[in-house]
Amino acid sequence: MLSSLMGYYSLIFGLCISLLIIFFSVKNFKNSNILDSKILLFSFLQLVLVFVSFLGLVISFVNSDFSNETVFNNSHTTKPLFYKITGTWGNHEGSLLLWLLVLTLFIFIFLVKSKNQLKKYRILTVIFQQIIIIGFFTFLIKTSNPFNYLFPIPEEGLGLNPILQDPALAIHPPILYLGYVGSSIIFSSVLAATTLNYINNDWAKHIKGWILISWIFLTLGILLGSIWAYYELGWGGFWFWDPVENVSLMPWLALTTLLHCILVLEKRSLFKSWIIILSIATFTLSMCGTFLVRSGILNSVHTFANDPERGLFILSFLFVLIFISIFIFFVFHKSDNKKLSPIFLLSKETSIVINNWFMMYFLSVVLIGTVYPIFLDVISSQKISVGPPFYHKLIIPFLIPFLIFMAIGPRLKWIKSELKDKLSLAILLIISVLLSLFIVRNFETNYLLNSILIGSAFYLFFITVRDFFSKKTQRLSQNIAHFGFSLLILSILFNSIFSNEIITNLKVGESYKDDDLEIVFNDLTKENKKNYVLFTGVFSIKDKSFNNILKPELRIYNQPNIITSEADIKITLLQDNFITINTVKNEDYFNVRYLIKPFMLWIWVSVLLIALGGLISLFNKKHEE
Amino acid sequence: MKNKTITTIVIFFFIFVFLIFYKGLNNSNIYKPSNNENKIIPKFSAYSFFENKLINSENIFNQKKFYLLNIWASWCVPCRDEHPLIMSLKGNDKLEIIGLNYKDNNKNAKKFINDYGNPYSIILLDKDGTKAIELGAYGVPETFLIFENQIIKKYIGPLNSELILEIESFIK
Amino acid sequence: MKILKLIFIIFLIFPFHHLKADETDLQNKIIKNLRCLICQGQSVYDSDSEFAISLKLVVKNKINDGLSEKEIYDFLIEKYGEWILYDPKFNKNTYILWFLPLLIFLFGGAIVFKKLINIK
Repeated sequence: MLSSLMGYYSLIFGLCISLLIIFFSVKNFKNSNILDSKILLFSFLQLVLVFVSFLGLVISFVNSDFSNETVFNNSHTTKPLFYKITGTWGNHEGSLLLWLLVLTLFIFIFLVKSKNQLKKYRILTVIFQQIIIIGFFTFLIKTSNPFNYLFPIPEEGLGLNPILQDPALAIHPPILYLGYVGSSIIFSSVLAATTLNYINNDWAKHIKGWILISWIFLTLGILLGSIWAYYELGWGGFWFWDPVENVSLMPWLALTTLLHCILVLEKRSLFKSWIIILSIATFTLSMCGTFLVRSGILNSVHTFANDPERGLFILSFLFVLIFISIFIFFVFHKSDNKKLSPIFLLSKETSIVINNWFMMYFLSVVLIGTVYPIFLDVISSQKISVGPPFYHKLIIPFLIPFLIFMAIGPRLKWIKSELKDKLSLAILLIISVLLSLFIVRNFETNYLLNSILIGSAFYLFFITVRDFFSKKTQRLSQNIAHFGFSLLILSILFNSIFSNEIITNLKVGESYKDDDLEIVFNDLTKENKKNYVLFTGVFSIKDKSFNNILKPELRIYNQPNIITSEADIKITLLQDNFITINTVKNEDYFNVRYLIKPFMLWIWVSVLLIALGGLISLFNKKHEE
Repeated sequence: MKNKTITTIVIFFFIFVFLIFYKGLNNSNIYKPSNNENKIIPKFSAYSFFENKLINSENIFNQKKFYLLNIWASWCVPCRDEHPLIMSLKGNDKLEIIGLNYKDNNKNAKKFINDYGNPYSIILLDKDGTKAIELGAYGVPETFLIFENQIIKKYIGPLNSELILEIESFIK
Repeated sequence: MKILKLIFIIFLIFPFHHLKADETDLQNKIIKNLRCLICQGQSVYDSDSEFAISLKLVVKNKINDGLSEKEIYDFLIEKYGEWILYDPKFNKNTYILWFLPLLIFLFGGAIVFKKLINIK
């Protein structure tokens, strides 16, 4: 109870501090050349208050304090301690508190790390960020208070969905938010810089670090979400083009594009207007995503409890931010068309322009696919679904030229370049195409598109591998990231082409046998665990490359009344062997699904490599400073 | 000026998007298919519960009266709630009530009928749920009001007293 | 060096020569494309709800009856509306859906072209 009170009043004080910060910032803007240390002090104080509030909620969860409505709705006394703690952010109110924590943390770190920047720029960034922070404080306190008091105090909580009691899912929100919410700094910064006409090489060098940090965390956050979906949702899929997944992918696409553009602005004075638009768009997409997911307007596996009042608030807030951005862009931004530097056809600038072209196309596909059903429903009351086939049909063909440009683009120099090693580039292209035709023809898949796609992915793969052996270490970060991307495409393609699955119904003692494979259902054991009853199936699986015992589980929870199925996955370098069992209504046999999923490990590793590329770039930058 | 036209276009575009999202918020997100109404009921055949005979739907809905086709199951809690209301419609001679037992176990279904009463002139079996799909249903409970082989109204979810009144007014 | 890489990759690919049964392929292809109507955003393939289990059976029966993929989709759309299909049909409701991204691509191409025309 005390912790809830502490949490609540910290929020109120935190909101008041926002007003103080804005007051001192405005005052400091015109006078003196030094940043008022009060601004730094109050930003720190605000961070502490939000942290205290967050801690208050955590303590309430740990103590199972059911006088707190959020704890009551989302926790239970029998939940293990780790999940009581992580359950703090597994719900709508708590996750918003996490939003606030990241918002205040990032602006404080920004102030600390930007001591060499212009005072006016720092102040304006603080002001814009505070606008966002005030919005979230108000949203939290008014519509999503994590500290609502319940009386009479319930004896027991409503429990958290056991599917959400999982380590990967527990750390997925904090990591994701560091990226997703972290793009707020880029937003505030670009608005500040535009107002002061500070969009230039210096600003680019300075903001690049923030873009990298946000991008790395967003990449890792998405990876964690996919890994969780893969082993928990049970059917071997890892990406479903579900609205909530798309909503995290869109800022990632915008951030990746922005990252490439910033590389240009670091060196030359180009694309300024476009960079401003992209920076604004990244955070706008994050906010838009928050709206889509929390308002109940979309139908998805992951949505939080929907509530139109909350939806309306976020929607209005989102459009306030958009209109502020439009205002600043059109009023303050003066594009210097006069000194339009020429771009030569064969240059790094051109390849980045082409990168932007394709990335914006991919972004538009995901965006349109996600929001079109809403538009159609409102305008003509027709309900349609937009699912994986749409995204695949529109994205996959365009990946082919995209991969080839990715292979050639980085080798071009700034301003003007020639294509060196034309001969070896051509040879590698031919080898890639031949290799993919060989694979496709020999394994009886008849997807022409896939073979060309594999060819272009191999091409990028070979080129980046070859570049590892050349001595240019400053391109290491880019090389690793692009190599990771080629590996990702290859792994996904091989995984989808060569996956295999057996679905069968078996009783204990029965077995399934065909030409390649034998599955024996040896035994079913029962064990009582802390908050569920555990049934473990023991299966012997024997095929040409694999001979092992797998133990999928069925867990019967009492609070809430759910049966979950936990897959057993044997991971090797080449493939994952994946088995789940499910009960069948009114029958005494089990439905058994056995999947062979090649190269799953490499899908995860490749995303890690992409993030690693970003991390190396970040360290290089720090090394330069 | 070129800048002014672009600005106005952009602003109007975002106002348009805002309005769409705003309206979308207020639309119900729950899937309520109304496209099955005023359609002819599909033909299907099913085994009857007590006599274990294969009956064709054409032979059931062929008289000049209203039919209430109620999909139910013993394991379905809301079905239990709506059952007394269906029982209240039993005596009406303008209406014949047909039951479709969905993915159920004969023993449990029989117990349900014994405990809560049998308003159905015929009970059809849908052990695997495929007949319900033929009808365009997707869960339990669902109820169809049929007249002259046409679906007049489809009720998704349990019936309540308001809906019962509606059914009665249709029958008159 | 390159030849070694080539051989290595071919060696990796060899374990995966399974021939899949065509019928299950078609069934899986169809049910992956169908939305489970009582779940929140799962396909019928992914779902284990009662509705999904029944629908899988219906699809299997229809395939055995000889219906084509399109005929099965049409049958289900007639019962449940277009919402049940994950692959949006190409009709007057969805022209914008399919064409808008492509228009954006062409528009982007035009901008790229204009930018690159500024060659000294």
